[in-house]
Amino acid sequence: MSKSRKNISATSYPTLPKSATGIIGLDEITGGGLPTGRPTLICGDAGSGKTLMSMEFIVRGAIEFNEPGVFMAFEEKADELAMNVASLGFDLNKLQADKKIRLDHVHIERSEIEETGEYDLEGLFIRLGHAIDSINAKRVVLDTIENLFSGLTNERILRAELGRLFHWLKEKGVTAIITGERGDGKLTRHGLEEYVSDCVILLDHRVIDQISTRRLRIVKYRGTVHGTNEYPFLIDEEGISVLPVTSLHLAKEVQTERISTGIAGLDQMLGGKGFFRGSSILVSGTAGTGKTSIAAYFAAETCKRGERCIYFSFEESPKQIVRNMHSIGLDVQRYLDNGLLHFHASRPTLYGLEMHLVAMHKHIRKFKPDTVILDPITNLITIGSVGEVKSMLVRLLDFLMEEQITVMFTALSLNTIVNEQTDEGVSSLVDAWLLVRDIEFNGERNRGMYVMKSRGMKHSNQVREFLITDDGLSLVDVYLGPEGVLTGSAREAEQLKEHTGQALRDYALDRKDREVLRKRKVLESKISSLQTEFESVEEELNKIYLEEELKKEVMEKNRREVMAMRRETKDGGIPAPAPAKKKGKK
Amino acid sequence: MTPVKSKKAWELRLYVAGKTAKSVTALTNLQKYCEEHLKGQYVIEVIDLLEKPQLAEGDQIFAIPTLVRKVPEPIRKIIGDLSNEEKVLVGLNIRPA
Repeated sequence: MSKSRKNISATSYPTLPKSATGIIGLDEITGGGLPTGRPTLICGDAGSGKTLMSMEFIVRGAIEFNEPGVFMAFEEKADELAMNVASLGFDLNKLQADKKIRLDHVHIERSEIEETGEYDLEGLFIRLGHAIDSINAKRVVLDTIENLFSGLTNERILRAELGRLFHWLKEKGVTAIITGERGDGKLTRHGLEEYVSDCVILLDHRVIDQISTRRLRIVKYRGTVHGTNEYPFLIDEEGISVLPVTSLHLAKEVQTERISTGIAGLDQMLGGKGFFRGSSILVSGTAGTGKTSIAAYFAAETCKRGERCIYFSFEESPKQIVRNMHSIGLDVQRYLDNGLLHFHASRPTLYGLEMHLVAMHKHIRKFKPDTVILDPITNLITIGSVGEVKSMLVRLLDFLMEEQITVMFTALSLNTIVNEQTDEGVSSLVDAWLLVRDIEFNGERNRGMYVMKSRGMKHSNQVREFLITDDGLSLVDVYLGPEGVLTGSAREAEQLKEHTGQALRDYALDRKDREVLRKRKVLESKISSLQTEFESVEEELNKIYLEEELKKEVMEKNRREVMAMRRETKDGGIPAPAPAKKKGKK
Repeated sequence: MTPVKSKKAWELRLYVAGKTAKSVTALTNLQKYCEEHLKGQYVIEVIDLLEKPQLAEGDQIFAIPTLVRKVPEPIRKIIGDLSNEEKVLVGLNIRPA
């Protein structure tokens, strides 16, 4: 096939016009739908969904794309058909009355028919032509034209006429689907693929390990690129949904906004802010470590912010979860009631892995959540190998990343092997990985939690003790003492011991303080008495000094008087110099 | 078209699409056989689907030419240009198989 080469020039030439089928996923795989104005062959085993797929093509064409269609049934009667697809919510009778579609049942009963001589199928052409013209149809389904082969014996004429029919359909410019039963070693029992060369889709219905999966593959599609893998598809009450591929590129938008986990202690471990929006988180741990509680907390936190959350539960029923969460003080029912939270519980064995993926896709597309929770992914392993589960999860992750949806998986790691490796091997794919584990010590079991990894943010390397109480979840620091890491009652006892010691020490310190104060008072009083003593001594000393001074003054005075008396006797003369008076100061 | 109200024992309808060789052969053959075996007890109605395509659905016509025996019941169909007289007579229950 030279599709890849054709694709290179596809930009410069007009591409093949396509008619959208309206079937979820199919238009993505085919790159827009079936080739407009050309016939497409849908082949598959009995019960593989051929009739339904072609009917959906007609009905969706009429309803969504305003392209009326003719459904020519060679197997089922018109009213049977109408009844069969009524379960999918298609009202064929009304659509017929509105001239949107036209059903024509071609009844070929071999016992009623005798063949003699030459004939052709002009009658069929005229019928089809009339049906097409009467509602101006753009789409045609022939289901299953191979029935002609069982009703008529002249294969030579049939083959010639079939060739003419497909030419005629192309000339009419209708987008046609021809269905064909799968034959041995061939796509169809009567080699219809010889006539329809533009687009061939093969439907398959396989049962592996008692679980059935429908798959679809585009065998060929001339003139366009298309997905070549097998794609699982699902038939449910809304028709067919095909799951498109893993996106081939890793070029997703990223967000830097952080969202809380709902557990304050955990937020703190993650740099105080929680996870990145749109990231993927794995919570793994052994049985009974509170994985579901963490998930439920995260879900409730999402709803508390007014965002939508969808919770896929593979173990517990919604009611169970609501009850169980109530016991730890988390009211989930509130969010169920206001429609922000949606539970989807299903047993993993209900259908194949791929079906689970398709179903999840559908729910996510419909509900448009901000957060998705899968609890637990471990159970999926019961319906597929490790590789299959991983590949499925990769695709789911891809899809969620694309949609910027935050996802939290929980995974059970086996009790015996706590090798920090989850069986599903998703740990390398997720952005953040929390591990909850048992810490068995001192005759009791406690939970410890740590962050194994958290891409793009600072996170704690500490093990925290993870407590589940009546009031919810909380994280406390484990006690790191001389005897190692302590948890549970051992931690509490140790903390108590430390508490007592603290009190004793505090008391001792207090007493010392008071003593110091007393000493200080004693010394201070001593100091003041010494001071007074010093003052009296000083005064004493000063007194002697003054007396000396006084005495000296008096003596001086006396001496001067004596001298004065002497001069008077010697006839006056020079007056005596003023004595150098000194004021005695201390 | 006006429904044929007759009390003939054999009511035959031949569906054709235009005057093709096969249609003409079929009609000629049919008339010949009827004249030979059912003289006076039959009526043939020829319907050209090119003119009345809406009639094809009612009688479940897909091949051309198709001869439909409406009466006597049950309805029988013979497709082709009716070139094998034996088959036509057996098919129409004119002659027991």
